Formats: sequence, structure tokens, C-alpha cells
Amino acid sequence: MVERLGAWAIALIQEMGRMLLFVLSSFAWLTRPPLRFVQIVKQLHFIGYKSTFVVVLTAGFTGMVLALQGYYTLRKFGSEGLLGSAVALSMIRELGPVLAALMVTARAGSAMTAEIGIMRITEQIDALDTMAINPLQYLIAPKLVAGLIGVPLLVAIFDVVGIYGGYLVGVELLGGNGGAYWNSIESAVDWKDVYGGILKSISFGLIVSWVCCYKGFFTRHSAEGLGRATTEAVVLSSVLILVWDYFLTSVLL
Amino acid sequence: MIKLVGVEKTLGGQPVLQGVDITIPTGKLTTVIGKSGEGKSVLLKHMIGLLQPDRGQVWVGDVEISRLKGRALNDVRKRFAMLFQGAALFDSLSVFENVAFPLREKLRMKGMEVTRRVEEKLEQVGLEGMGHKFPAELSGGMKKRAGLARALVMEPEIILFDEPTTGLDPLMAKSIHDLIVAMHQRFKFTAVMVSHEIPEIFAISDWVAMLRKGKIALMAPAAEFVKTTDREIQEFISVSGPVALSGTASR
Repeated sequence: MVERLGAWAIALIQEMGRMLLFVLSSFAWLTRPPLRFVQIVKQLHFIGYKSTFVVVLTAGFTGMVLALQGYYTLRKFGSEGLLGSAVALSMIRELGPVLAALMVTARAGSAMTAEIGIMRITEQIDALDTMAINPLQYLIAPKLVAGLIGVPLLVAIFDVVGIYGGYLVGVELLGGNGGAYWNSIESAVDWKDVYGGILKSISFGLIVSWVCCYKGFFTRHSAEGLGRATTEAVVLSSVLILVWDYFLTSVLL
Repeated sequence: MIKLVGVEKTLGGQPVLQGVDITIPTGKLTTVIGKSGEGKSVLLKHMIGLLQPDRGQVWVGDVEISRLKGRALNDVRKRFAMLFQGAALFDSLSVFENVAFPLREKLRMKGMEVTRRVEEKLEQVGLEGMGHKFPAELSGGMKKRAGLARALVMEPEIILFDEPTTGLDPLMAKSIHDLIVAMHQRFKFTAVMVSHEIPEIFAISDWVAMLRKGKIALMAPAAEFVKTTDREIQEFISVSGPVALSGTASR
């Protein structure tokens, strides 16, 4: 039992070490010429632009349900005027970064793992190696950069759409005061909240692209291996996002 | 010249190579045969540094590559090209872009020069006018041809062929073999091929080596290889029918 636990712990530490080396090497390759600008833009298009629809949809309904729940609760205390700040702070501090990152994991992260995994299985990554092109530089580094840029931009969209979703339900549908909605946002939201949200979204962007690229890059050579890698990438990214969110929040508060 | 000295490799706890000693002659077509799972592809991957031996040395010319990494290994790899079992074309790129890829990425070549060289190679492998197609739209044989064009486009000194005819019908397999021989005679590169196509490979190879139990059991010119008195090797090469005469003679 103890022996098995020890073996598990050693394997876990080795895996963490491999993951760290993987991301450090990828960033190191990023500093060497040539700069893969076109690849970065392509990945930004894939991770960012193509995730916009699902992020907008999720954000809209999240803001709407927050307003719906918040409006009736606040009305009991005669504080409907604070609805805007409740929605905006929830969005900017927590729901925006976390939900947008989870949606990117589900849509783009899983696809990244599958794409890299198939390239591994069909020896396309070996082919890059044989051409003396480093796969970390050509394939992985642009995805990491795109995650770092794309996720914060998506979070910004998420926040704005969510707040408007809240306005739509809280003011247009339930008849709350529009001026009070925007005014409470202006008075309650500090720059510190916005910075915190940006910091979270950057770190979540790194987590998603890092974990999903790593799992794809080291996929085992079988269809089952690819399926397992994709599942592990989504689960691990999601769990890490939530755990890291807790730690960041406890530091930022 | 490629030379492996006492190369040992264990994969997944299973010893695959157990002291391989082999010297690949420069400018010749050498074929490595052996039963499935004997480690022929593993052997090939050691020659280009895709795998590193647990023990032993791998020499490419006068450079020992078994412990090389990064830029030093890439410098050696520039002398190589490899045709993979499944051709390993990049799915997201057209045939033209696949063949142009090493020119653009490694030589930073642009414009008409790329077009000229890619179209020349596509024509040589019989894929003229197919550059716009994507790998998913190609048959197995066409993929191999496109892979061969990509391997040839950098005009390497050494090309490794990992079972280039696997999964092809006999006619298509013959046409790929003919193409490899024609390109080899034209460009005089050093070729190392892993193949199961017995007896066909004896008609096209200069040298044949047999991998058995993790070691090279026999390496000889094709004409002499077929005369071996080793019963196990004779059984192995005769099982698919009578062996054709030496490749060098027929070529």
C-alpha cells in the first residue's frame, strides 16, 4: 500500500516536472528566430475568434440568470438599485474569467489536444523533427501565446455581454431602474476588480493552452490513447482553473 | 556513411534492439528486413535521432549523434529526409504546401523559386496538377508519392524509407518501388529502406540486412544475401515465393 502510494507520488512529481519543462522549453523556443507570427495569428483566430459565439451565448444567459435571481432577492430588502453592481462584480471578478476559460477549454482546448494528438499518432510531429523544425517552436509556442492573448480578450467580451444580459432582464424585463443599474456599477467596480479579472484570465489562458498542448503532444499511439488524452486535458484544465481561481482570489481579496 | 555500433534500446520494458552493429554504405540502397515487431522502424528512427539508444553509438559521417540535442542534432538532420509509413503529410496543408514546407521553413525560400521546385518534384513523382488537393483527398499511393516529393525537394544526402509500400496493392507497391529506384539512380542519395516486400526488395536493393532478435543476423549485397545457408533466413525470404536475382544485376 505504502509502496504503491510512493510510486504514485513519484509518478505525479515526474509528470509535473515534464509539464514544467514542456512549457519552459516552448517559451524558450519562442525567443529564437524565426518568429512564427502567422502561426500565432492563425491560433488566435482559432482559440479567440472561433470561440466568440459560444462565449457570447454563455455570457448573455449567465448575466440574465444572475439578474433574475438577484432582482427578487434584492427586492426583499428594497435594494434593487444594487442589481447592477451585483451582476458586474460577479462577472468581472469570478464568472467572466472562470466561465470563459471553461468554455475555451471545452471548445478550443479539446480540439487542440485532438489535433496535436493526431499529429503525434500519424507521425506528423516526427516529420517536423526530421525536417530539423522544432515542434515546440512551430506547433506549441504559437498556441501558448494565442491562449495568453485570446482568453483575456474573450473574458472582456464575456464581462460586457454578461452585464448587458443582466440589464436586459433586470431593467427591460423586470422593470428595474436603468440609471440605478449603471450607476451602481460605476460606484461599486474598482480598477482593482478589473485588474484581478485580467490577471485571472491571463493565467487561465496559459493553463488551458499549456495542459491541452501537453496532453496532445504526449498522446499514446492509439485511438484509445487519443480519447484518453482529450478527456484528461479537459478535466485537468477545468479542475486547475477552479483550484487556481480559489488561490488567486484569496491573494487578490 | 551511417554506422551503428552496439546499439541497444528498450521500449516499454521490452528489449527491442540488443546490440545492433550495421554500416550503411554511402550512395547505395540498403533494405532492412525482419519479422514484424523486430524493431526495424526503431532502428531507422535511431539513424535520424528520433530515438536515442540506451547504449551504443550512432555515427552519421564523422558525427556521433546518439547524445546530440537541439541545434547540433538539427544540423545533422538537414542531411536527411524520411518517408514515413503513412506518409505523415500535414493534414491542414495542400499537397503543394506540404512539398513547399521544408523549402519555406528551412531555406526561407519564397515566390516563383518555391513554385518551380515544388512543381518539378510533383512532376517527377507523377503528381503534376495535384498540388491543390489535400492529403485527405488522396489515395494511399498518391500520399506516398507526395511524401516522396517532400522528401526529395530538399535534395538530401540520405533518405530513410519506413515501409513505403505498406497498405498498397501490388501494382501500386511496384510503382512506388520503381519510383524510389528511379529517384535513387537519378539523385544518388544514400537510401535505407525498411520493408516487408519480399521477394521484390531483392530486385531493387543494393544491400539487404536482416534484423533478428534485436541484432543484425546478416547483411550482404542482395545477390549474395539470397544464397545464405542460414535456414531461418532462407525460410523467411522464401515464404512469399521464389526470390528474384540480385537487384544490382537487374538494375
